[in-house]
Amino acid sequence: MAEKKNEKKGIVMVEALNQALMQEMTRDNNVIILGEDVGKDGGVFRVTDKLIEKFGEERVIDTPLAESTIVGASIGLAISGYKPIAEIQFSGFIPSAFDQMINHLSRMRWRSRGRYSCAVVIRSPNGGGVKALEHHSESLEAVYAHIPGLKVVIPSTPYNAKGLLISAIRDPDPVLFLEPIKVYRAIREIVPEEPYTIPLGKARIIKEGTHVTIIGWGAMIKTLIDVQNSIDIDLEIIDLQTISPLDTETIINSVKKTKRCVIVHEAARSCGFGAELAAQVYENAILHLKAPVVRVTGFDTTMPLGKLEKYYIPDANRIIEGIKEVLKF
Amino acid sequence: MDKQEILHAYELMVLSRLFDSKMLALQRQGRLGTFASSQGHEAIQVGSVMALKKDDWVAPYFRQWPAFIALGYPMEMLLQYNSGDERGMLIPKGINVLPVNIPVSSQIPHAVGLAWGFKKKGQKKVVVCFLGDGATSKGDFHEALNFAGVFKVPVILICENNQYAISVPLKRQTASKTIAQKADAYGIEGMRIDGNNVEEIYEAVIKAREIALQGKPVLIEAVTYRLSDHTTADDASRYRSKSEVEEARKKDWRIILKNKIINEGFWNESKEKQLIKKLELLIEKAVKKFESIKPVDPMDIFNYTFNEMTYQLKRQSETFKRFYPNG
Ligand SMILES: Cc1ncc(C[n+]2csc(CCOP(=O)(O)OP(=O)(O)O)c2C)c(N)n1
Repeated sequence: MAEKKNEKKGIVMVEALNQALMQEMTRDNNVIILGEDVGKDGGVFRVTDKLIEKFGEERVIDTPLAESTIVGASIGLAISGYKPIAEIQFSGFIPSAFDQMINHLSRMRWRSRGRYSCAVVIRSPNGGGVKALEHHSESLEAVYAHIPGLKVVIPSTPYNAKGLLISAIRDPDPVLFLEPIKVYRAIREIVPEEPYTIPLGKARIIKEGTHVTIIGWGAMIKTLIDVQNSIDIDLEIIDLQTISPLDTETIINSVKKTKRCVIVHEAARSCGFGAELAAQVYENAILHLKAPVVRVTGFDTTMPLGKLEKYYIPDANRIIEGIKEVLKF
Repeated sequence: MDKQEILHAYELMVLSRLFDSKMLALQRQGRLGTFASSQGHEAIQVGSVMALKKDDWVAPYFRQWPAFIALGYPMEMLLQYNSGDERGMLIPKGINVLPVNIPVSSQIPHAVGLAWGFKKKGQKKVVVCFLGDGATSKGDFHEALNFAGVFKVPVILICENNQYAISVPLKRQTASKTIAQKADAYGIEGMRIDGNNVEEIYEAVIKAREIALQGKPVLIEAVTYRLSDHTTADDASRYRSKSEVEEARKKDWRIILKNKIINEGFWNESKEKQLIKKLELLIEKAVKKFESIKPVDPMDIFNYTFNEMTYQLKRQSETFKRFYPNG
């Protein structure tokens, strides 16, 4: 039944992630899942649905409510030979585990001179757009991308979510895997039933174009595609997929071709990941540019609650204005 | 509690229960966002707030509507907040409460600091901090209790032990026999009481207040059961059996307290009917007020980040204005 559904209409990101977890846990007995409500409840978004029934309580573990120790204990579990996949229930609670991430998870390889690695995957929802409670809509990816030794992956569709998660689980280094909350059930896509990987650290050109390079990731990708469908300007749309390590090559080659670049993200503007992207473009392609880089972003404020969040997250109007801006030159 | 006080508590608790049901209905109609229902928590919160003096403070978590109601917080503002309009959290002057606090346990250090500040200033007031049972697993809980003990802070921590943290039962949170016993480790006072018995709660908090003001923080474990789903986004039938919930309903204060005051001769069905009618009218009035609130101006996004708007924010707000000139 489930396969039939996939063939006809495709599946949503939550189901694609669930498939990836199911298949990787089947492949490798050392893969374990830990977090709040990941077991009996199947995760508050159902990403870990039914895994406890298949793999049991020893491998799908409901933990006490303690993010710092969920990540800290994952470090120890990794050194003992397990492959922990830690779930942090909502984006705003990752900072509770930040100390373990920045001071230990990302440094164990360095500190032990390569003897120990912490091949932990931390999964968490990311971003807004679903009118959630405070602390449930944050996009702090730039903060995490600033941590040396931690990879940061953000899928945008069911298809790349599955391939990227499988790669993250097989990666020998710690990976923060941020799942756009807005996309969880919003897009259906045909996803191959068998396991497959999509390499980390590689961006994907969703659509080739000649006028403007436009860069985004996560939930913004769907908006960028909608924008392209509504204007005649020929965009080259890049989905970063992984923001750390960054696929600078794909970006620079594209910008050298189009000579114009717009960067779109949901997070606050100042020190957002767009700042790093703009710096890369200026460092590596400034002599090819015909216009200054334009960033279309959230504001330097707290993410507002439901009534105002649609004004905070870049929408088609603001993005089109950004595109027109780089075409003025 | 004397007769008058019991009736007052009963009224606030019934109001809280009816208001909660109203919120659930409004949420189902899409007029409110996701929120945490407080059914099963009314006795703890109303009893505690009633035991406080006017200058005392409350540090809430997110399942706290009965406490807000008992503090006199306008119900229309609670609706406004839960509809995703942050203006509902502009706490009216004269109500000493911190804003709703969502990251579990993080309000406990704030409460300890607040009470510590009052003590350092020589003011005789206490801070009541509410928390869930899941909250006792966080480092913030342990660090804050330790601080409170070391600095002899006049804080009363009230753990509303409703048996679950979303789907995770208490036995997965702690190997301790009780939550109250955790107080011992920090050299503070521990108490364990029935969270459905408002009189017991009221007496406990009055006693705790005395102890706290003498320099010994108190941790009260009030045992109850979460009668609702965790939030409106949750489906508790995935992890709790019907019979377990039905068993818990038998201990609900809503039945027990009502029967008790009827048996003691100062309540009857006709008074009950009148009360419900009166409270439903109050709630209807609040809903009407809520519905007549003018939509928030999108430019509101740029307020309250700093005292003064920064250069960056000014530029961002000017660009923004071009897009939404009329909000
Ligand atoms: C630090 C943190 N982690 C996770 C969450 C998500 N979450 C919200 S409520 C909750 C369970 C809280 O349980 P408890 O403290 O027992 O309070 P209750 O909800 O039962 O009243 C969780 C895990 C959160 N709000 N904060």
